[in-house]
Amino acid sequence: MRKIVIGAASAVILAMAASGAQAKTLVYCSEGSPEGFNPAFYTTGTTFDATSKNIFDKLVLFKRGTTEIEPGLAESWEVSPDGKTYTFHLRKGVTFHDSDIFKPTRQFNADDVIWSFERQLKKDHPYHAVSGGTYDYFEGMSMNTLLEKIEKVDDYTVVFHLSRPEAPMLANLAMDFASIFSAEYADKMMKAGTPEVVDQKPIGTGPFMFRGYQKDAQIRYEANPTYWQGKAAIDRLVFVITPDASVRYAKLKAGECHVMPYPNPADLEAMKTDKAVNLMHQEGLNVGYLAYNVEKKPFDDVRVRKALNLAIDKKAIIDAVYQGAGTAATNPIPPTIWSYNKAVKDDAFDPAAAKKLLAEAGVKDLKTTIWAMPVQRPYNPNARRMAEILQANWKAVGVDAEITSYEWGEYLKRAKAGEHETALFGWTGDNGDPDNFLAVLLGCDAIPGNNYARWCDKSFENLIQKAKIATSQEERVKLYEEAQVIFKEQAPWATIAHSVVYEPIRKEVIDYKIDPLGGHIFYGVDLKK
Amino acid sequence: MISFILRRVVLIIPAFIGVTLLAFALIHLIPGDPILVMAGERGVSPARHAMLMTQLGLDRPLWEQYLTYLGKALQGDLGNSIVTRQPVIEEFKTLFPATIELGVFAMVFAVLIGIPAGMLAAVKRGTSLDHGVMVVSLTGYSMPIFWWGLLLIMLVSGILGWTPVSGRIDSIMWIDTVTGFMLIDSLLSDEPGAFLSAVHHLILPAIVVGTIPLAVIARMTRSAMLEVLREDYVRTARAKGVSPGRVVMVHALRNALIPVITVIGLQTGVLLAGAILTETIFAWPGVGKWLVDSINRRDYPAVQGGILLISTVVILVNLLVDVLYGVINPRIRHRR
Repeated sequence: MRKIVIGAASAVILAMAASGAQAKTLVYCSEGSPEGFNPAFYTTGTTFDATSKNIFDKLVLFKRGTTEIEPGLAESWEVSPDGKTYTFHLRKGVTFHDSDIFKPTRQFNADDVIWSFERQLKKDHPYHAVSGGTYDYFEGMSMNTLLEKIEKVDDYTVVFHLSRPEAPMLANLAMDFASIFSAEYADKMMKAGTPEVVDQKPIGTGPFMFRGYQKDAQIRYEANPTYWQGKAAIDRLVFVITPDASVRYAKLKAGECHVMPYPNPADLEAMKTDKAVNLMHQEGLNVGYLAYNVEKKPFDDVRVRKALNLAIDKKAIIDAVYQGAGTAATNPIPPTIWSYNKAVKDDAFDPAAAKKLLAEAGVKDLKTTIWAMPVQRPYNPNARRMAEILQANWKAVGVDAEITSYEWGEYLKRAKAGEHETALFGWTGDNGDPDNFLAVLLGCDAIPGNNYARWCDKSFENLIQKAKIATSQEERVKLYEEAQVIFKEQAPWATIAHSVVYEPIRKEVIDYKIDPLGGHIFYGVDLKK
Repeated sequence: MISFILRRVVLIIPAFIGVTLLAFALIHLIPGDPILVMAGERGVSPARHAMLMTQLGLDRPLWEQYLTYLGKALQGDLGNSIVTRQPVIEEFKTLFPATIELGVFAMVFAVLIGIPAGMLAAVKRGTSLDHGVMVVSLTGYSMPIFWWGLLLIMLVSGILGWTPVSGRIDSIMWIDTVTGFMLIDSLLSDEPGAFLSAVHHLILPAIVVGTIPLAVIARMTRSAMLEVLREDYVRTARAKGVSPGRVVMVHALRNALIPVITVIGLQTGVLLAGAILTETIFAWPGVGKWLVDSINRRDYPAVQGGILLISTVVILVNLLVDVLYGVINPRIRHRR
């Protein structure tokens, strides 16, 4: 008997040791601490990486490495002909994670979907104000006015009633704020008198289970063994919080981490020749631009805007400002988004033609100002330098521009009020939908707001409004392509560049894909032994 | 003695008020609307804007805001972080042990090397050894910390591979937080090799944080030693035939150390300042890194609270040094 016990015990120990030795751990050197663990509260990529990208599922998901929508917790859906009712058929047999304080007793169903959206939508929801809840992205995407009612038909059918047709609806539901939480977990924590635990120790249905966070140091995850798409190839995932980009690279070199985001531009050359490192890159889902305030003279004249565009040497800007990590922008949306119109030709760099056009418009000795942002953004690493090049370019065609800058808050406030003549700005896409650029940045409703050109063009507006309510993708593609043609003719902006995103990974990492939406996703990634 | 201590304690009140004023002014000195700055180009709804204004108390008159702030601070309430929604003071408490651990080790390193180096330089005055110590300490003193840290990482971790690049422990190990001091927690855990890993991770950041105090301590020891060595009693001891080693180690050192102790105490502020940059470079999860993160996120309550707490620690340590100095050196106590 004793022998059997010892034998069994040693077998267990051996098995544990063996599994311990074989556990594949992927270490990700993240750039900062997450703000918290409920993605609905926040708007930053750092937080989404640590939460929604790996712990949670949504009704629909972005296909890995693309901005296309694929089924997630909803297996299929129907949209009513008027575009105002969405019926989702939910996936059966999906389990929530377990943890030391929660063991799910039922599978995922309609109640979880309703809980996750009503918490954000209804001010009288018992969880609405928990953890000081503010739902910036939900409101930012106008979901609070768009969603009229969410109805449970049965355990596996949910109907969303909208107040108006909204074509980007599905893309919105694939966003991070739309992560699906467990209603059962929430109820249990509410009864225990600790509702805020739901936001601190997240329980989702995603590929990785949250296992602990040491503030500012590391986050630990374990693969979800019962994930509905199959268990992840790696067993453990660790986020090691490493704010300094050079240090992240040193750790990558030393093998202390496998993947790192946001490399230092100065390190790129070394990374390219590093034998241990595979430097992946992709055009970012962003655009850097110069907005002309079309409400001010002479920028109300399309010839003047066009002439100034012709005078800009984009190649020089990309070399000097982006240090090569950017591509010239033609359209207001990046080429990684569907419906990007390849047929649109960019303005050539032609100072002679610019001078001619200015003369034609009767503009002589134009004096103006260029506003340069005081902060570094992904779409514009050095606005001041960019403004200096623009200044020199315009000088060559007889336009005298002065560079102005304000502290960032002031800059935004004054620009929203329309005080500028021309101003540098940019945008990073939220959900890969063209509407998220064209309507948010150039629609008539966005004045005052993010439409810094204050450009409200009837035919353009018509097209994007039609596209908003169109339900077929083909129809939307056509409308957006046309809208881009009008944009180029009317030139409310000088489109400058889309920055390139670099992602250094170690050579033993298999099948990592850059997310065009800027996330870092580890499901589907494997490690060579 | 008691009246001496009381005098010192009373003196820190204006210092404390000054610090609260500074921390308070911070949010108002920054131009522009802090909420717009936080929100960036994505903007913020007017309702949320109004809510944050009220939450931060920015809609009330300045003097009222300050008094509320001071009153709450005295009760230990520094508000909640806008970003994480956790009380600022709680965040500080969880992160401060990591900073203390780093600071103590940096100081031990600085003292263990700085004092012998300073003594050696004094004893061998005018030799190339003396010049060497002085040049090295001047270099150490003027080294920008972020550059020095990155340089050491590149050389020691990158090329030589002697130490890990950053963090407090091997990322594969998971140590439960009990005391917050990794050296203790790693011993309490059942991860094999955790303690060694923790020590290993501590070496480089401690050297970086300790470099400036080391330089200062070495120079201070040298000059104090030189002064003491000229004193009559040292000459007497020598004349009496006491061995040169004993003269330096016993007779001279004890008196030379008095000013050095003050310097060590005063270096606490320098140490904390150094920790802010060093922690960020080495991904050391202490209050320095937290402060930098909070600045980057424009988390005003956290920045305000962090500055106030760190300054308070510096003030209190200086008070302690003052008192200790009074204990060691009675002349100070009786001076009016």
